[in-house]
Amino acid sequence: MRRIQVNVNGATYEHEVEPRLLLVHYLREGLNLTGTMVGCNTSNCGACTVLLNGQSVKSCTLFAVQADGQEITTVQGLQTNGDWHPMQTAFHENHGLQCGYCTPGMILASISYLKENPNPNEEEIREALEGNYCRCTGYENIVKAVQQAAGQTS
Amino acid sequence: MTQAPERYMGGGLLRKEDPNLVTGKANWTDNIKLPGMLHLAMLRSPFARAKVTKLDVSGALERPGVVGAFTGEELADLWPGGVPCGAQVSDQQKTPFFPPLVTDEVRHVGDVVAVVVASDRYTAQDALEAIVVDYEPLTPVVNMEAALAEGAPLVHEDLGTNECFKYTAGVEGMDELFDAPDDTQEEGGGVRGPNVGGQGDTNQAFQRADVVIKERYIQQRLLPTAIEPRALVASVEPGHEGILLYSSTQIPHLAKIVLSLATGIPENQIRVVAPDVGGAFGSKLNVYREEIIAVVLAKKLGTPVKYVEDRSENYQATIHGRGQIQDIEMAANSDGKILGMRVKLLDDMGAYLQLLTPAISVSGAALFPGVYNFENFAIEIKGVFTNLTPTDAYRGAGRPEACFAIERAMDSLARELNMDPAEIRRRNFFEPFDEPTANPAGLEYDSFNLQGVLERAIELADYDALRQEQQRRRDNNDPVQLGIGFSTYTEICGLGPSQALAGLGIGGAGWEAANVRMLVTGKVEVATGTSPHGQGHETSWSQIAADVLGVTPDDVDVIHGDTGAVPFGRDTYGSRSLAVGGIAVYHAANKVVEKGKKIAAHMLEASEEDIEFEGGRFSVAGSPDQNVTIQDVAGAAYLASDLPEGMEPLLNETMIFDPPNFTFPFGAHICITEVDTETGKVKLRDYIAVDDCGPVINPTIVDGQLHGGLAQGIAQAMYEGVIYDEDGNLVTASMVDYMIPGAPELPNFTLDRTVTPSPSNPLGVKGVGEAGTIGAPPAVINSIVDALSPMGIKHIDMPASPMRVWKAIQNAQGKQSGDRQEDASLGASAADIKQGR
Repeated sequence: MRRIQVNVNGATYEHEVEPRLLLVHYLREGLNLTGTMVGCNTSNCGACTVLLNGQSVKSCTLFAVQADGQEITTVQGLQTNGDWHPMQTAFHENHGLQCGYCTPGMILASISYLKENPNPNEEEIREALEGNYCRCTGYENIVKAVQQAAGQTS
Repeated sequence: MTQAPERYMGGGLLRKEDPNLVTGKANWTDNIKLPGMLHLAMLRSPFARAKVTKLDVSGALERPGVVGAFTGEELADLWPGGVPCGAQVSDQQKTPFFPPLVTDEVRHVGDVVAVVVASDRYTAQDALEAIVVDYEPLTPVVNMEAALAEGAPLVHEDLGTNECFKYTAGVEGMDELFDAPDDTQEEGGGVRGPNVGGQGDTNQAFQRADVVIKERYIQQRLLPTAIEPRALVASVEPGHEGILLYSSTQIPHLAKIVLSLATGIPENQIRVVAPDVGGAFGSKLNVYREEIIAVVLAKKLGTPVKYVEDRSENYQATIHGRGQIQDIEMAANSDGKILGMRVKLLDDMGAYLQLLTPAISVSGAALFPGVYNFENFAIEIKGVFTNLTPTDAYRGAGRPEACFAIERAMDSLARELNMDPAEIRRRNFFEPFDEPTANPAGLEYDSFNLQGVLERAIELADYDALRQEQQRRRDNNDPVQLGIGFSTYTEICGLGPSQALAGLGIGGAGWEAANVRMLVTGKVEVATGTSPHGQGHETSWSQIAADVLGVTPDDVDVIHGDTGAVPFGRDTYGSRSLAVGGIAVYHAANKVVEKGKKIAAHMLEASEEDIEFEGGRFSVAGSPDQNVTIQDVAGAAYLASDLPEGMEPLLNETMIFDPPNFTFPFGAHICITEVDTETGKVKLRDYIAVDDCGPVINPTIVDGQLHGGLAQGIAQAMYEGVIYDEDGNLVTASMVDYMIPGAPELPNFTLDRTVTPSPSNPLGVKGVGEAGTIGAPPAVINSIVDALSPMGIKHIDMPASPMRVWKAIQNAQGKQSGDRQEDASLGASAADIKQGR
């Protein structure tokens, strides 16, 4: 067992964990932050995407011990004083989700991408989200949502 | 005084479902933790076919944290019904016993031989390694044609054959072409179907035809790939003897019945809850062995058990879609008028029958004639067992297969006759109609205006300009050629009239239930038997109830997915929810208004005939100042202190709606591709879809359904395909190897719609969930073949990967492109899919 200290959504946690424990399982089972989900186990689908020090990572690819001393944001940490992040609003307003299972990962990957490229065109958004699969929407409304959020944050 | 009611139906109300989903507050099954909960892990077979000669789970029991390890022998008494199949498509259908845990022989990779129960998931998974199994590998059957050959190894030796069923219609007098019908069929009770019977004399039609085309199409197996894998928690309900199963399912109500049949636990001792469900696409229209195992173990151990499949298990053990070999013949006049059609299908069952496995191809049988009005039609379907994962409903379920066959055949016929593909469709369309009209298989379509959708699509595409561009590129020997592909489709939705469903061999019970009740505070609860998992029923049902009751959608709460809260329902699949379940809500809400009128008359001391209802207010005709709100009436109905003599208290009305007919959405799609003849890469330049699903309750949701459906149809055409090797190993066993399209692989869509109401229900709605998946595959392949037709290329199998397209071009140019690798399951080339993307 290894002792780790992680800041998640602004709160600091300390736990003894098995070195093999995946970060996504630590978040879900250890911290009960069930807004982050598992979809594929092979880091293809992106349902488990979280922000590690502000950058999107797939939490099924990382061990919990690799997050020791770092800062993590999950979808449950995006609201400010109860207000949605503009990306959350944009997904809602553009019908960028149906079943919603990919949505937290999709939102976090999009937020991370807009930090890199605040004014992307449609093709760039599509390329940027290639690591996040959605089986419901066909992506068109997700792309529109990201465009809307980009317009608001830039 | 009273404002005209805001009409919510037809408006793009933003979804009520979204707030929980975008903030991470959804209640996925995998979130559920119950006191004392244990975790299940399945030991799955690495062989497609093998005898189990030794099985010893004692090693697993020695591991710390392991509570139990079980074999099929130990648990067999707890599932007398096995995993039930709910379909019987012919009296002679062979339905093997499907054990949740096998005891003697494994029949596909992923079959389950033992199970471990432990304190956590990691421990359970680890303990599987300590189970000793000796397998004696046997030669598997992995190809349908080989499975039917004389002397083939048998998937189920006790059945004596790999043929699961044979279904025929309209084949009399064609013994050379079709096998003789089953004996019982001649006696008139053997074959069931949606009133299918080839009309006319198909043989004679082929004899007098100017042109006959003969084609073979392959419907590759697909992995439904809901992003949420299956998950479940079974428990003994606290304080009760009964079972409570949380399951990521489309069918809590059906599951309750099926679990009872499987285990013998009385139906009234089972409650099934579908929490938030992360996509399904038909793959969760099933009751799986893992659910049965969890239920019996929760009961046996007296403690909750949880199971969550990983993605490899999802690909090995959750049903696959499609899996057909289609032989199509079409006869026509020189002017392009179809005279007759003959279809022979082989339909891959896999190793066992899941809930509806044999019914999928049969339910699509009567749709092979598509949107065309001709006379002679015959079809034969053989269901075939193979040592592969069972198939069942995947988005479209029988209809994409039928649509692909007819729409590809139409293009072949057009090319044979040197005719424009739009023109040959026009010549064979039904004229517009709005009352049920029989198709060549005897199926009663509800209402069509095919000309409307096709001409609108042609206009949006700027078709003439596209043909000119295509000609320019051809004249210039442009390495990038332009393809224009059509698909004009219909599909069967609104499942369905109970009597007709019984005819399809799936028992009946196509009705749907709704309860609409007004609470004392004036708020509304709608309990629906549909079970949404992304379709937005909470929003759309609120719109319907709000309009009928004159309240706002925010006043309405929609309750679903819990057999304890909604006692009767038939759940969500087959684009049935709105046309059956939404209509039940509409009727129940109208019943509330009707009862409200009586109470309002009493309150206003007027005659019931004089009460008018508009905008949530009951008023006396001619005296609009004399009025009461529906909330006032709801309060009075609840308090019940001053109701008309003998009236039952409450505004609490239930409707069980059994529709008089199915519904038949239709549409015209045009796919425009740019095909790079040097690399085989296909670019989707534009995709135009003009669909008619009748009046639209929520256009935002409808467009979203079309987008997602088109994505999955395009995926079948261009990107996806299951690959098995000759030993029956699943090669595409993870998302690394089976790639669903990401955002860069799909275009924006150009959508439009026409509105042709269905006579099957009072709102005229038809259904839209599967339209895109049905219309898209032939539009895409027709487009690619259209681009390459000057080279003499007539067909490319799905998925049309760059490798496949490139090889077709190389072969057409007389160049060697290397050996084609075989996909063992279908005897066709599919192994090159992966290289292609």
